[in-house]
Amino acid sequence: MASLADAFGEGSILIKDSVNNRGSAISISGELLVASGKVKSGYVSSMLEAVEKFGPYIVIAPGIALAHGKPSDDVLETGLSLLLLSQPIEFQHSQNDPVRLVFGLAATDHESHIGIMSELAEFLSDQANVNTLLTCSDSDQIRALLG
Amino acid sequence: MKIIAVCGMGIGTSVLLKINAEKVLKMIGVEAVVEAADMATARTAAFDAQIVLTTPELVESLKGLNAEVIPIDHFFDLEELNTKLSKALL
Repeated sequence: MASLADAFGEGSILIKDSVNNRGSAISISGELLVASGKVKSGYVSSMLEAVEKFGPYIVIAPGIALAHGKPSDDVLETGLSLLLLSQPIEFQHSQNDPVRLVFGLAATDHESHIGIMSELAEFLSDQANVNTLLTCSDSDQIRALLG
Repeated sequence: MKIIAVCGMGIGTSVLLKINAEKVLKMIGVEAVVEAADMATARTAAFDAQIVLTTPELVESLKGLNAEVIPIDHFFDLEELNTKLSKALL
């Protein structure tokens, strides 16, 4: 099976000091998917719309958001991106705020990404991995940690 | 036994829920099919389901289903899923 790190294309991981609001956090995670060739730019607005429409449920665990749109023609390839924020940002989630890890997800259909998601779930369900991820200072370190 | 994991788009949160719910069902020895669904297809998918797993934000939008709707706060916390699924199923 391909490793979790392989789901992150070239240029899909960014460490940034801070963002102004959750919208820009989501946009940046989307732009990272665009930059790494996973989606067309139209996908980024669908990621923002998902949160407008359904609320901040994409904050899947304390401090961790999984921003995504829907499978569509804008998705070129299934993949992930990651924005690590030094300053946490509020997503207005009832339990899991504030957020420092914003993963972007693109999937070509409802099935192709299940392997990647299993690996991501496996990785994030180990709190030691999350804690180490939060201390990373460059994208190569993150990539090595993802394995 | 059929369980539906629901999120807005049906590819992110619901898939994570499905993956972890399958793990927990194995642990507690319950045989069930777990399907991921988006909000648009949730009502149809849940028609013959016993349980719907979703995020607290979406519970309100899923009112009126025959299935029991269980909100999950922390998707990687197998213990929370275990407690809630065991209470509903055992």
